[in-house]
Amino acid sequence: MVEVKNLDAGYGDKAILRHISFSVHRGEVLAILGISGCGKSTLLKHMIGLHPPLAGQVLICGEEMATASGSERLRMLRHFGVTYQSGALFGTLSLLDNVRLPIEEFTSLPDAAIDLVARMKLDLVGLRAYADYLPAEVSGGMRKRAAMARAMALDPEILFLDEPSAGLDPVTSSGLDALILRLSDALGMTFVVVTHELASIHAIADRVVFLDREAQGVLAIGTPAELRMQTAHPRVKRFFARAAEEVLEERKG
Amino acid sequence: MIRLAGRLDAVGAAQAWSALKLPDPVQGVVVIDASDVSYCDGAGMALLTRLRLLGRQTGCDVRVTGLNDQIQSLMDSIDLNAYVVAPQSASHKILLTESVGRGVVGYLRGTLAAVSYVGELTYLLIRLARHPKTLRWRDWLRIVQASGLNALPIIVMIGFLLGLILAFQAAIPLRLFGADLYVASMVGVSIIRELGPLMTAIVLTGRSGSAFAAELGAMRVNEEIDALETFGIEPVRFLVVPRVLAGTLVAPILTLFANFSGLLGGLFVMLTLGFPNVVFWNQVRTYVTYVDLLEGLLKATAFGFLLSAVGCLRGLQAGRDAGAVGRAATRAVVSGIILIVIADGLFAVLLYCLRA
Repeated sequence: MVEVKNLDAGYGDKAILRHISFSVHRGEVLAILGISGCGKSTLLKHMIGLHPPLAGQVLICGEEMATASGSERLRMLRHFGVTYQSGALFGTLSLLDNVRLPIEEFTSLPDAAIDLVARMKLDLVGLRAYADYLPAEVSGGMRKRAAMARAMALDPEILFLDEPSAGLDPVTSSGLDALILRLSDALGMTFVVVTHELASIHAIADRVVFLDREAQGVLAIGTPAELRMQTAHPRVKRFFARAAEEVLEERKG
Repeated sequence: MIRLAGRLDAVGAAQAWSALKLPDPVQGVVVIDASDVSYCDGAGMALLTRLRLLGRQTGCDVRVTGLNDQIQSLMDSIDLNAYVVAPQSASHKILLTESVGRGVVGYLRGTLAAVSYVGELTYLLIRLARHPKTLRWRDWLRIVQASGLNALPIIVMIGFLLGLILAFQAAIPLRLFGADLYVASMVGVSIIRELGPLMTAIVLTGRSGSAFAAELGAMRVNEEIDALETFGIEPVRFLVVPRVLAGTLVAPILTLFANFSGLLGGLFVMLTLGFPNVVFWNQVRTYVTYVDLLEGLLKATAFGFLLSAVGCLRGLQAGRDAGAVGRAATRAVVSGIILIVIADGLFAVLLYCLRA
């Protein structure tokens, strides 16, 4: 579905990540993991074509975003949806209108059909009762779920999620994880999730790409179990060990 | 040996900083005895580090002894290499050249982006004229209300006061020559041709231009513009076109209100000077033509376009840090006022040539 080939990612002429290569398979939940500042969100922004690669390629469904232009790029954008760290809902529109917006823009469905599709998407993420609320009137977790509903509005094959659990309490966070699993199982969607939450990784990820600031690249790729194994890089093992301690402390607390 | 005593805090370190010099080393070693130091904080550690660096420069080994275990372990963890200042001479010149080059490239890029923005905006406005349904009219009405209707009270108040002040200031000297009747025509011509559109545009720049920049800047910070781009929705079409259209429409309408309230201000002064109502309006009708009114409204339309377009541009150009929104709003006001004044000058020349 997604292939990252020898990608150098960064801003201006400054590379933050170098020689990144991995692929995302159809139907899997792939987590991009690493400590804060290692370049997870930067990698995501390059994968979705918001920033051109400094070198290398990102192929989505076999096509390269960076070289596409105009209608070709627009067609490629339909392959995926994105939810941002902050939710990035449009503050002046209700949750329903936020979900309606892409459907209005890119389909010729009649108004009643658009309304129904948007309400069904909100229903899918458990927000049917909040359709007419503004983003400022609902909680952080609800905003993230509404953002997921908006990202799914045009039924993309891949969903990119940037730190879906950031700023959420463990209960809401695990609710979001359950939602991702439900959507993955029910709709067969492919997920690329940027996170540093170990609990989320164990709950949802089929495979993990571990990024490292010192190495400026990928330190390990594998299933969560493989990354915990003895064969993993010491820094990967340290991350998993410390994060596991934090989870235990959180549970004790 | 140097013996230090007392508190090595910000006060003590400041006193010792410039006075302290390294003594001649004994067999290449200078010992700093800190066993009588009762307290040592970050400033004290900075002082000790400076002495060690001085020692390194002069080629002697500076050893600090007598510190308590905690402070000693912190001192041992300091990597002196990280605090050695690199010589600047040759690289400084390169940096200066580089910074000038970067400045020029940045300016050119900014100009190119502005040209591309104007092109895209023009194209989208033409496309909108052909396909009016592509505009989200509900959003547009909300913007018209915020930037037009809500600005009406302040525009009317400032317009009235402007007319009143202008009439008072003119009445004093004109009365000396018995020409105070002409206060009405002077207020009429200056308000309708020049001050009405200009004052309205400046108020709108401060109110709506900055609001557009702040709104779009906040959307940039909140990743809402990224979200639009990943949907394939052009931010200029979705966000800028309705705002520019609203600004271009409300500026001449508000100018009409500013003109009328300015004339009312002038009328108020004339009434207090003892002239009847009808005299004032006759004077205005005699000296102010419909062409003057249309010229003023044409200018106001152009100002409205400029202030809203530049406000939106500054918002789209905003960075992603916490101060970006404030900077975008400031830049919108400064750029807006500069553009309005330049455009007003160009209009003055153009209209003079057309009249001549």
